[in-house]
Amino acid sequence: MEIVGHPVPRKEGRDKVTGQARYIDDLHFPEMLYGTTIRSTVARGRITNITFGGDIPWDEFVVVRAGDIPGENCVALILFDQPYLAGEFVNHPEEPILLLAHSDKYLLEEARRHVKVEIEALPAIFSLEDSDNKKEIIWGEDNVFKAYTVEKGNVDEVWAKADLIVEGEYHTGAQEQLYIENNGVIAIASPEDGVTVWGSMQCPYYVHKALLKLFGLLEDKVRVVQVETGGGFGGKEEYPSMIAGHAALLSWKSGRPVKIVYDRAEDMVATTKRHPSRTRHRTAVSRDGKLLGMEIDFVVDGGAYATLSAVVLSRGTIHAAGPYVCPNVRIRSRAVATNVPPHGAFRGFGAPQSIFALERHLNKVARELGLTPEELRRRNFIHQGETTATSQVINEKVEMEALLNRAFELTDYEAKQKRFAESNKTSRTKKGMGFASFMHGAGFTGSGEKYLESVVGAEATSEGRIIILAASTEIGQGTNTVFAQIAAEALKLDYDSIEVAKPDTGNVPNSGPTVASRTTMIVGRLVESAVLGLKQTLVKSGILKEEYSSDEFSLACRSYIEQHGPLNSFSKYKAPPGINWDDEKYEGDAYGAYAWAVYVAEVSVDTTTYEVRVDDFVALQEVGKVIHPILAAGQIEGGVAQGIGYTLFEKVVWNDGRMMNNQMTNYIMPTAADIPPIRVFFEENPYAYGPAGAKGIGELPMDGAAPAILNAIEHATGVAINHIPLMPESIIEALGGDRG
Amino acid sequence: MIVADTSGKVEINLIVNHEPRTVSVYPMARLLDLIREELRLTGTKEGCGEGECGACSVLLDGVLVNSCLVPAIQAEGTSIKTIEGIATGEQLHAVQQAFITCGGAQCGICTPGMVIAAVNLLERIPEPSQAEIRTGLAGNLCRCTGYMKIFESVVRACQDNKQNMPAPVGG
Repeated sequence: MEIVGHPVPRKEGRDKVTGQARYIDDLHFPEMLYGTTIRSTVARGRITNITFGGDIPWDEFVVVRAGDIPGENCVALILFDQPYLAGEFVNHPEEPILLLAHSDKYLLEEARRHVKVEIEALPAIFSLEDSDNKKEIIWGEDNVFKAYTVEKGNVDEVWAKADLIVEGEYHTGAQEQLYIENNGVIAIASPEDGVTVWGSMQCPYYVHKALLKLFGLLEDKVRVVQVETGGGFGGKEEYPSMIAGHAALLSWKSGRPVKIVYDRAEDMVATTKRHPSRTRHRTAVSRDGKLLGMEIDFVVDGGAYATLSAVVLSRGTIHAAGPYVCPNVRIRSRAVATNVPPHGAFRGFGAPQSIFALERHLNKVARELGLTPEELRRRNFIHQGETTATSQVINEKVEMEALLNRAFELTDYEAKQKRFAESNKTSRTKKGMGFASFMHGAGFTGSGEKYLESVVGAEATSEGRIIILAASTEIGQGTNTVFAQIAAEALKLDYDSIEVAKPDTGNVPNSGPTVASRTTMIVGRLVESAVLGLKQTLVKSGILKEEYSSDEFSLACRSYIEQHGPLNSFSKYKAPPGINWDDEKYEGDAYGAYAWAVYVAEVSVDTTTYEVRVDDFVALQEVGKVIHPILAAGQIEGGVAQGIGYTLFEKVVWNDGRMMNNQMTNYIMPTAADIPPIRVFFEENPYAYGPAGAKGIGELPMDGAAPAILNAIEHATGVAINHIPLMPESIIEALGGDRG
Repeated sequence: MIVADTSGKVEINLIVNHEPRTVSVYPMARLLDLIREELRLTGTKEGCGEGECGACSVLLDGVLVNSCLVPAIQAEGTSIKTIEGIATGEQLHAVQQAFITCGGAQCGICTPGMVIAAVNLLERIPEPSQAEIRTGLAGNLCRCTGYMKIFESVVRACQDNKQNMPAPVGG
């Protein structure tokens, strides 16, 4: 039976539906203490005094300050600018300053309220505009974490030749990942035995690397184990290194296991969010609607420390010119510092921001040219053999027009547009159709995968079972299931005979982080070649024929293990041929493969209440071979729902760099009652270097909802709005409504 | 009458998943903590602690509640059903089976609460409309699925329920 392409049952499905799956807060160790974090109350300043007040038995508490750190006081990631605990200076609200632990978590909370940190405030900046204008220098010499320039052709020469030049500015807000399980870890640490951490996380080896530096230990003295993880979406890419370090420091000092699990308020106020952005477009077009030149200025607010901003910026930069051909492109981008908690990874990773801007801007260009939005795109879509903004030649088949046509058929787009134009004349509810066309690169950008050198292992047991060894985590997206499918298909064995080992740095090789839509496409490919390595060993040993039954395979495994000992195979990443990337010029093959998509939104704008409702949503994409139709559709539906939240519901309210609505009561994500039917369709075009032909999928659906919905709102109301989140207040303003 | 001991804790008698249990807790402790910490039934999750997300949903005398909002003392004399009491031995409830078949669970953290809410919905309305499914589950947040596969799971569960019901007897 074919396994790839079929909806086999999720590996850990039964444990999840019965409540038997154990997440970090479900684990309890003997003698365990609870830890908590004392945080900065101001955005920027110098710590002058810390006092321990109240009627608290302070001698019972474990207290850790910056001075207690055995190794280096920095969270090792890209740059080493972010401390685990602020020493003298704080750079954002809620920055960790001191840690407490106690066995009674109620007393611990009482104690937390009685630690008083006095901070002498320094001038702070809270917006990317203020940072970009250098109102105050708060990081490095110029507030810039990272800047890129992409150049194609010569954009300076194009303005004089253009029939029309169109400019626009577009803004996106922060967004909270809002996984339903908050960040949490348990640590056991001592100078003798080293550090072991169990936790909710996406990237065990990131945490491993950070702990090595924090404690100054050798690699084999640090072990990181991922436990069942209740959602990540990027929010558990880098932050777990912080909380893991904190729990480990408390354990190191106390000699007892320490658990830190954030409550919702702390998780929302203190951990990372999606980068707010501003994009400026200047576009030259000919009268017949051909793109002649694009100049794009893309800025993201990175918050107080560098964290992953450079990489988020990179992806946003590369996606800023979209799936279109333009001979002359300049994209200048920078990630700038502000005194807010560092922004970080969130599904899409910079691309939703720059794609929002582009797909709104192209509608403006079309309007000014007197073309429909779809006609403008049809005249500029990229085709096989043409080049992207980074001068990457697209060698795979890409058929954006076909996707657009099919998406329009599926939504009855043109007929509905006409019908709505008629009914909108008399109705107080204005209806509209809008779409966005876009692509999303899978895997690390540029040379990223080469540097990662990911490794996957496979081990056979004497019963003929296969165990996949990888650090790639199951965080809901289906890693366990997809890896097992790929392995079973490659070896022609039963799905049930494949197991996926729990990510534990003591037991699995580093297959890289679980991010960037790379798990299926990049790591899955390594799974495929690792298991084929097992087969090859058996065949070469002469105990297995090329064609075999599962019983013959089991027998061969047993016989091999009896004669030679353990049967395993490791596979290391090798770039597909012809992939070239120039890190200096930011030019070349940015990604091995792209997923291509057209998303369509149908909306209603109530001009009495100024509410927007998405009535129907179609997501059509080409993602290579679909490994598991239900999991794949689930990824798209979930991403679209997050995208709808990003567009219409989820507004982070800031006050002096601090999130004020850090509760689910007032930061609103979509419920079952808010979400339209999300209709998902795939075109399959197998990718030669993906496992069974698959490409990446996870981030793609985050990109399309916001521009499609705002384009639909413009169609419904005739008013162009260029920022998200779009709350009813903004619509009142835009429509010139009566504010009463 | 419930009397506090010297530590301020009180004894609460209740039935959990058909078994009588007695626990000693502070009267204003949350039912959620009673379930997770005293009874060590960790299938019930905490997502927000303020009754917004529904991850802590349980049935209290057959009524769907957020256990993070119920003081333990209110559970005295009641019958509680948690996710651990939904399957019958090894036999999954139709809703649980449908969540596996239809992809209703991704990361799984909202799943126990969502399953409880869906079971409760089908007990109240054996054949809910799409609108009733949406309203019935609107108190349970899921960040992974976008809800589509959860709706499909509920529809599938009620189809399976119907198939497994004895054929109506003609009269």
